Amino acid sequence: MVSRVKQLVVYTLSPLLLLFSVGQQAYAEDAHASGWSLLNMPQGVTGVSNDIYDLHMTVIWICVWISVVVYGVMFYSMFAHRKSKGYKAANFHESTTVELLWTILPVVILVWVAFPSTKSLIELYDTSEADIDIKVTGYQWKWQYEYLGEGVEFMSELTTSESSIYNEAPKTEYYLSEVNEPLVLPIGKKIRFLLTAKDVIHAWWVPDLGVKRDAVPGFINETWTKIDEPGVYRGFCAELCGKGHAFMPVVVHAVTEGEYQKWLADKKAAAAAEREMAKQTFTLEQLMVKGEAAYNRSCAACHMANGEGIPGAFPGLKGSAIALGPVDKHLDAVVNGVSGTAMQAFGGQLSEVDLAAIITYERNAWGNDVGDMVQPLDVLKFKQGQ
Amino acid sequence: MAHGPAKGVGRWLFATNHKDIGTMYLWFSFAMFILGGSFAMIIRAELFAPGMQLVKPEFFNQMTTMHGLVMVFGAIMPAFVGLANWMIPLQIGAPDMALPRMNNLSFWILPFGFALLASTLFMEGGAPNFGWTFYAPLSTTYAPDTVNFFIFGVHIIGASSIMGAINIIATVLNLRAPGMTMMKLPLFVWTWLITAFLLVAVMPVLAGAVTMMLMDINFGTSFFDAAGGGDPVLFQHIFWFFGHPEVYIIILPAFGVVSAIIPAFSRKPLFGYSSMVYATSAIAFLSFIVWAHHMFTTGMPIAGELYFMYATMLIAVPTGVKVFNWIATMFQGSMSFETPMLFAIAFVILFTFGGFTGLMLAVAPADIQYHDSYFVVGHFHYVMVAGAVFSMTAAVYYWLPKWCGKMYDETMGKVQFWVAFIGFNIAFIPQHFLGLAGMPRRYADYALQFTDWNMVSSIGAFMYGAAQLMFLYNVVRTIVAGEPTSVEKTWEGAEGLEWTLPTPAPFHTFSTPPTVK
Repeated sequence: MVSRVKQLVVYTLSPLLLLFSVGQQAYAEDAHASGWSLLNMPQGVTGVSNDIYDLHMTVIWICVWISVVVYGVMFYSMFAHRKSKGYKAANFHESTTVELLWTILPVVILVWVAFPSTKSLIELYDTSEADIDIKVTGYQWKWQYEYLGEGVEFMSELTTSESSIYNEAPKTEYYLSEVNEPLVLPIGKKIRFLLTAKDVIHAWWVPDLGVKRDAVPGFINETWTKIDEPGVYRGFCAELCGKGHAFMPVVVHAVTEGEYQKWLADKKAAAAAEREMAKQTFTLEQLMVKGEAAYNRSCAACHMANGEGIPGAFPGLKGSAIALGPVDKHLDAVVNGVSGTAMQAFGGQLSEVDLAAIITYERNAWGNDVGDMVQPLDVLKFKQGQ
Repeated sequence: MAHGPAKGVGRWLFATNHKDIGTMYLWFSFAMFILGGSFAMIIRAELFAPGMQLVKPEFFNQMTTMHGLVMVFGAIMPAFVGLANWMIPLQIGAPDMALPRMNNLSFWILPFGFALLASTLFMEGGAPNFGWTFYAPLSTTYAPDTVNFFIFGVHIIGASSIMGAINIIATVLNLRAPGMTMMKLPLFVWTWLITAFLLVAVMPVLAGAVTMMLMDINFGTSFFDAAGGGDPVLFQHIFWFFGHPEVYIIILPAFGVVSAIIPAFSRKPLFGYSSMVYATSAIAFLSFIVWAHHMFTTGMPIAGELYFMYATMLIAVPTGVKVFNWIATMFQGSMSFETPMLFAIAFVILFTFGGFTGLMLAVAPADIQYHDSYFVVGHFHYVMVAGAVFSMTAAVYYWLPKWCGKMYDETMGKVQFWVAFIGFNIAFIPQHFLGLAGMPRRYADYALQFTDWNMVSSIGAFMYGAAQLMFLYNVVRTIVAGEPTSVEKTWEGAEGLEWTLPTPAPFHTFSTPPTVK
């Protein structure tokens, strides 16, 4: 009898069961499931993400069983106790016993859920004894990663083109989840993230790692991960941060320890070369070319590619007092930002070469014709002179 | 003429009659519902396919923000205030609301509040674009200048809500008919009384939050700016100390409506009346001590995280009691399924589903994955729309004959129900899938793996939108050309003082108080 009831329940639930099993299967075969098979949370590739997944499924099943009972009684009544069938209404309207029963029973179920939840949460909060510390800084609208103690830092920005977003060019496989430089992490190591932001609140989310944490300007949040399998894991900014909110994805490359060390060494060498380049002197033409590229990457989101800004929200630079005025003021605005406004301090975000090129470009583009230029060394001196 | 309504526009401008003011609230909220709904249609049209097709991301953000603000403050809240105005005096046997002139003021400042808010759509810099939760510093340092209009708009709307709430408290506590003891009050009156206390408690907190924003933006303070010693997360604590009770402000009156309709069409008294009252009070109390479950990813200390997780899970208990009571009311009733009952039953089914996802969200470690994803969007539309809006629709169909003395077309009502019910589920079930699969909320554009379910969700949303136009048509048609009815008790199983009055309800009712045995 009991087994027959169980069988019946499994049959009735089969569409639902199918739903969840399809979701699981899809993830098992392909880390980047898509389309109709996207139904459930990914199990992910860390201990924490697996714990979360198990907890998630436990609570779902509790809900499924409760709903079988609750909806079952309800649909039975709706079917059997109709006026059109001539059913006469009973007149009972209270029972302390029943009320107590359906108050206490849920409490017991909740306590049962609370135990594994508490355990997972404690694990999730344990950021001690990390092997690698990485500072993650949110900007409108990109991420900066700094490998603390290694002298390696870089910006990670969306590479999907405007024309692709505005449907003038085809969309590639990783549309809106591709970046110029992913975060590279070794597998099997405990990695601690220190999160902050330079402007508004952002949130760093990678579903496969089971990590989501807010990046709050002026404060540092901590979280951690330990990845089990090599692979590419994609995520997003999860806290509304302005018009570019959907356009600052996270991409993590998880690699073996050996590959990671090699990557780190290459990055250090590249950083040294960059510092060397800052000592060179460039011509106006060179700076304008570099400047246009860097401006479009870092400034055009607000000030627009034509330098006219967005009226009421972001000021234009075409013919503006800053772009046409003394170089020092212009340097100050770009390097240190303008407090009380959305203008960020770009001094720590961009290289001296890019800063010099952008300022030169802004002073000589869109009909601005100051004619002077700023060299990387000038930027360096300005920074050191503060 | 001394006892009839005034002629012309003066009847409405200088209205002090609870029925007239209730009617104005209802029409105003419906206008806002259509406005907020049209914003939602723009959002869903843009999200129909990946890529930016119709609007720019900055305008998309204005749409999500305005949709939330208009629906919460313009559509749902005033709709229930309108219903309270109409029904509370009728249900407790009072001649009118206790403070009729304040009633006029609390309604008439509303259009100005929303005019201020909506006018920003046409200004340089655009409408508020920082989400209806307006987290600082996106809503302060980084906001368009029009944020000041938003702040004053919120102040006006808040003042209106507080006045409305005070009026309801004064009416319920002072104007009950002889014999109408507290434990005889219809549940709609009870839930509104508790809601009114919540409003009086938390609307000033919202006013405080926007005033601090105003100071930060214009007068150089740093409440929410770490550079000046403030804290952006402080904003979230203040906002959600208002915001969590706010969601119960929206849902409690809906509970009251459903608790009237289900017994009426089950032809059986409400099961567990007193436990319903206690459960409502318990939910109201808990609503004050769970706010930070909206902030599980902000980096709270683990002790706070654990406390807010446990407290939040507790809400499932009184909420469950309510659902069980409704079902026990239906059990062994003699049910019929007219339009109000269909909406009420759909409310129970869908709200319970929203309750399940709410329980999932309460589990803090799992919330790390759910937070700020489309899963949350799915969840709160199940409780807000299927909760508040479905019950409001049920209420209109239920009391419309009493209000205007005309009967709506049952077939049309049922057609609207099925379009709404099916459209709603097609729109919002897929959003749970999207969120679990990793799509964040408030995204103007998305990665390609999210394409299919977004398309389905948009189709459902358009369907649900169409259902609202059908609703408008049904109501207008009833008023203009509905079959006249003068039956006092429209519904066989309906209980309550309002059904002892003539139909349509005269301009003045209960000038002499009835006696309740």
